[in-house]
Amino acid sequence: MNRGGSSPSAATNYLLCTNCRKVLRKDKRIRVSQPLTRGPSAFIPEKEVVQANTADERTNFLVEEYSTSGRLDNITQVMSLHTQYLESFLRSQFYMLRMDGPLPLPYRHYIAIMAAARHQCSYLINMHVDEFLKTGGMAEWLNGLEYVPQRLKNLNEINKLLAHRPWLITKEHIQKLVKTGENNWSLPELVHAVVLLTHYHALASFVFGSGINPERDPEISNGVRLISVNNFCVCDLANDNNIENASLTSSNFGIVDSLSELEALMERMKRLQEEREDEEASQEEMTTRFEKEKKESLFVVSGDTFHSFPHSDFEDDMIVTSDVSRYIEDPGFGYEDFARRGEEHLPTFRAQDYTWENHGFSLVNRLYSDIGHLLDEKFRMVYNLTYNTMATHEDVDTTMLRRALFNYVHCMFGIRYDDYDYGEVNQLLERSLKVYIKTVTCYPERTTKRMYDSYWRQFKHSEKVHVNLLLMEARMQAELLYALRAITRHLT
Amino acid sequence: MEKMSRVTTALGGNVLTGRTMHCHLDAPANAISVCRDAAQVVVAGRSIFKVYAIEEDQFVEKLNLRVGRKPSLNLSCADVVWHQMDENLLATAATNGVVVTWNLGRPSRNKQDQLFTEHKRTVNKVCFHPTEAHMLLSGSQDGFMKCFDLRRKDSVSTFSGQSESVRDVQFSIRDYFTFASTFENGNVQLWDIRRPDRCERMFTAHNGPVFCCDWHPEDRCGAGGRWVDGGWLATGGRDKMVKVWDVTTPRAREVHCVQTIASVARVKWRPECRHHLATCSMMVDHNIYVWDVRRPFVPAAMFEEHRDVTTGIAWRHPHDPSFLLSGSKDSTLCQHLFRDASQPVERANPEGLCYGLFGDLAFAAKESLVAAESGRKPYAGDRRHPIFFKRKLDPAEPFAGLASSALSVFETEASGSSISWFVDTAQRYALAGRPLAELCDHNAKVARELGRNQVAQTWTMLRIIYCSPGLVPSANLNHSVGKGSSCGLPLMNSFNLKEMAPGLGSETWLDRSKGDARSDTVLLDSSATLITNEDNEETEGSDVPADYLLGDVEGDEEELYLLDPDHTHPEEPEYVLPQEAFPLRHEIVDTPPGAEHLQDKADSPHVSGNEADAASLAPVDSSFSLVSVSHALYDSRLPPDFFSALVRDMLHFYAEQGDVQMAVSVLIALGERVRKDIDEQAQEHWYTSYIDLLQRFRLWNVSNEVVKLSTSRAISCLNQASTSLHVNCSHCKRPMSGRGWVCGRCHRCASMCAVCHHVVKGLFVWCQGCSHGGHLQHIMKWLEGSSHCPAGCGHLCEYS
Repeated sequence: MNRGGSSPSAATNYLLCTNCRKVLRKDKRIRVSQPLTRGPSAFIPEKEVVQANTADERTNFLVEEYSTSGRLDNITQVMSLHTQYLESFLRSQFYMLRMDGPLPLPYRHYIAIMAAARHQCSYLINMHVDEFLKTGGMAEWLNGLEYVPQRLKNLNEINKLLAHRPWLITKEHIQKLVKTGENNWSLPELVHAVVLLTHYHALASFVFGSGINPERDPEISNGVRLISVNNFCVCDLANDNNIENASLTSSNFGIVDSLSELEALMERMKRLQEEREDEEASQEEMTTRFEKEKKESLFVVSGDTFHSFPHSDFEDDMIVTSDVSRYIEDPGFGYEDFARRGEEHLPTFRAQDYTWENHGFSLVNRLYSDIGHLLDEKFRMVYNLTYNTMATHEDVDTTMLRRALFNYVHCMFGIRYDDYDYGEVNQLLERSLKVYIKTVTCYPERTTKRMYDSYWRQFKHSEKVHVNLLLMEARMQAELLYALRAITRHLT
Repeated sequence: MEKMSRVTTALGGNVLTGRTMHCHLDAPANAISVCRDAAQVVVAGRSIFKVYAIEEDQFVEKLNLRVGRKPSLNLSCADVVWHQMDENLLATAATNGVVVTWNLGRPSRNKQDQLFTEHKRTVNKVCFHPTEAHMLLSGSQDGFMKCFDLRRKDSVSTFSGQSESVRDVQFSIRDYFTFASTFENGNVQLWDIRRPDRCERMFTAHNGPVFCCDWHPEDRCGAGGRWVDGGWLATGGRDKMVKVWDVTTPRAREVHCVQTIASVARVKWRPECRHHLATCSMMVDHNIYVWDVRRPFVPAAMFEEHRDVTTGIAWRHPHDPSFLLSGSKDSTLCQHLFRDASQPVERANPEGLCYGLFGDLAFAAKESLVAAESGRKPYAGDRRHPIFFKRKLDPAEPFAGLASSALSVFETEASGSSISWFVDTAQRYALAGRPLAELCDHNAKVARELGRNQVAQTWTMLRIIYCSPGLVPSANLNHSVGKGSSCGLPLMNSFNLKEMAPGLGSETWLDRSKGDARSDTVLLDSSATLITNEDNEETEGSDVPADYLLGDVEGDEEELYLLDPDHTHPEEPEYVLPQEAFPLRHEIVDTPPGAEHLQDKADSPHVSGNEADAASLAPVDSSFSLVSVSHALYDSRLPPDFFSALVRDMLHFYAEQGDVQMAVSVLIALGERVRKDIDEQAQEHWYTSYIDLLQRFRLWNVSNEVVKLSTSRAISCLNQASTSLHVNCSHCKRPMSGRGWVCGRCHRCASMCAVCHHVVKGLFVWCQGCSHGGHLQHIMKWLEGSSHCPAGCGHLCEYS
């Protein structure tokens, strides 16, 4: 379904991955057929989602109750594979967009747009452009950041930092925003904005990670709507790997028999669980393991196919093809590995010194009442969600796996848990999964279907969606922790 | 703080001395614990672990337990505890899940004794048994509690809370075998140390994590064991509450509850003071509070030394209530002296003032204050007298001197008549819906019937001023200005005249004015019509779009919120919620002249019915002179604008007299004519006061009308706030959350239309007789053709 027909050529609706581009350059006559994308996700076969859906009255009920757009959008459809979670997700999202809060409604949507724009997520941007207008926002603002009040513009800095390098946020940034003056933010407003920003950064991860398709019904084009760019290359969608797939096949995770892969993982989990008791790693050992994991994440370069191309090449393409840069400044600013900055050597964030449960919750709930409870429930829900299954196996305790995923994301943002043995990450998460995790959390816009497919081949799609949910929430929590810690420091 | 306030307490030969003091630590502290000799304190944190000796006026570092080349995570302490039986024994809980014991008696530099690495996650708390030398208990993030025997290498028993993380564990002081544990999910469990299989008792104490608990230190003491505090357990949670539980009863009973301003990180009972406990918070608030649990609103004492959150508190000696030690994230260790604490009670404002429905006034103030002023009898107005004067003794002894207050109640005179005029007037006044002249006449009549002649006069004058044709020959201007100003004075003066029986004078005046009016009927009418037309036009501008929107209400609630910008009336740049959510049963007859220019509000801070009454009791005796003046003015056809200053003064005068009713009524009746001349703020004040008064008299209809007629944004939005209506499901009787038509619990539709048998999502109208109902329009239509209930129940429903 090609939306809108207004796009200059069908092919521009999809980014071309560099592989395809190379091919295209060789032979200009090749026509790339526009894939018919069906269903809510480009990664997940439609029937998977739809089947799960039709039986689900609960979802419909939730949508009716909490959806701001009043329809079952693609995100919701994919998430409805996990109804329990969906409820807390929708509730918190509804609360921050529609219920009592310090910020006016149009502001909330505009902030969502700004956040989504950091990852060029046109899906979310379009959605919120509509809502922004519906809630009475000034259409003029949609022309770009130069047209919005200075106050909103000031959010840019923390939007940028939060999205890509949250560890750089300091209390000075907060002070600058709340300093008395014409355009100052009150603390409650700021907290509300921060919650929105982190929510939408994380949601962008989910959108890309699950390959959410653009909404079907093109609404009347109001001129500000972006041509819907789907970041998945047609070659991914066509699902044929005939284009030079060298990087994939030759990589060290090669195609092992996927069944044995799963068995091996289960085996490792079992071993780890048993080992627990006898294994006594020295403290130094534990520390080095964290450092190692941190460093190793450096080499997990996302987007294996982009690997071989100069970085700048990629960025250029990105900026040219997307219209979203008007909502952001400094578009070149991106994730940089936490471990890399040798010279300044930022201190690791000790999770025990500023936890969500003890500190983050109290602060956020104090300044923006009730959101704390909703977020708390959401984090708890996603962390504890389990069906005790792994692919075809039932009755499996997946706690370790979940914890490894969660902590690995935090590790990439420089948050360390004293009581976690980062050796487990290495054992449990295969390299292709690490590539996926890193891409989805750090540069979601570069996610490809191939990455999605290449890990955990035996697992069900719903389980992969679960992984995405975990990544999304872990990322949101990491960003929130940094932002709230800065606010706390500002307060003391 | 610098003054040497020395406190000595005799404690069985042990004398504690000291002063409020603090010392700087190298790093933030996570916890502190005191040695039983009360002379040493240990401070532990992520990168600090030291023992300090408490000397008379300083802390002296005695020992650094953090030794070794490379600091290990085992030294990153989340909690520390000093054994209360053995001066050499310490235990720490490390963030990596290790429990470490320390023996200060070891000769080597490294005092580390044993290492228990059984917990998988951070250990949040360790606790020694109060009397047993070798028993140590730990509670961890992984949800387990373990009991260690220090003579063995591993744990003796493991307790599983079967729920989330354990936040605190505490041995009971009273009962050898019992300990309490608190959980992240809000539960508190009581365990018997001999029975690791399941807890003895469990109850939900808080909403959200319970961070801490503390057993009451006094063991069945008191006079002859009359009360048992040993069974009291204090818990503090993230929900900002401290609760005191009596766990001696079969069901844990909440005996006290203190609401603090931030989540509670630690709680410690104060020695020797049955009802006192100290708390510090996890976030935002840096102070330490000591509460009397019987007075949960104001802390008994407050220590404000810390600049960052306090992470550990401990009373220095188990029998000395005056020394409190604390460690904080700001890297300081403090000793607080109770007598140096600030007492918020002193700064509290114990005065309270409240009006009763019938104008009674209750007033509470500090006794000292009242005593001092009673000589002047400031509160006994001429017509009021104190009915009773009562002294209440405070239950909490320490506060008795400070907080006892006197309560006085002043009652208005019994004669209800003093109030009834207000109610009558409010009900009978016509504020809108008719031409101004009629409004004035009507209101004047009402006022006169109630014996308020001055008010009646005022209405009549307003009528004269505003309801005459407005064109003034310029030639007359000078002349009239002179006259106008001269008339201003007598008019104002007239209010101060002594009371006079309403008599001949006013009647005569009325006669005359009637005559005048008659002669000018034609003119008046035409002007009135003019005004009406204008107003109607405006009305269309604002009301029509509203109706349009309302038309859809019934069908889909959503539409209300998703305003389509295209449908917004061009004349209305800003969307204003319609004043009524549905068509009124009786449409208020056409908008009156001026009705929608209601303005804003008004008010005077100290309105009371009596004061207003006082004003109204002064009838005018200068009516003759007034009449002649106004008559003359009328003749000269001054523009109404000319009087606006005068009218403004008049309104202010009424408001100041306390008769906001008059001020607001005139404001509404005159609408645009005077609105702009009067300070917006003042108008708003008047309105709010008047509405407040009306609501006190339960004149809901009138007050709503006033709100509706006001044009001030701040007032008219009163009707648009808290408009939500909560409904319960008719099947399961539970409150329905979210949508109002589907019950989330029993999944049934709550409100079905009796006519079309569909769910009613918007306006639901039902018969109060048989309680059947449905879509408003369906029912309306049905009842046009039939008088019986559409549900077939046979009830003769009425729809009006």
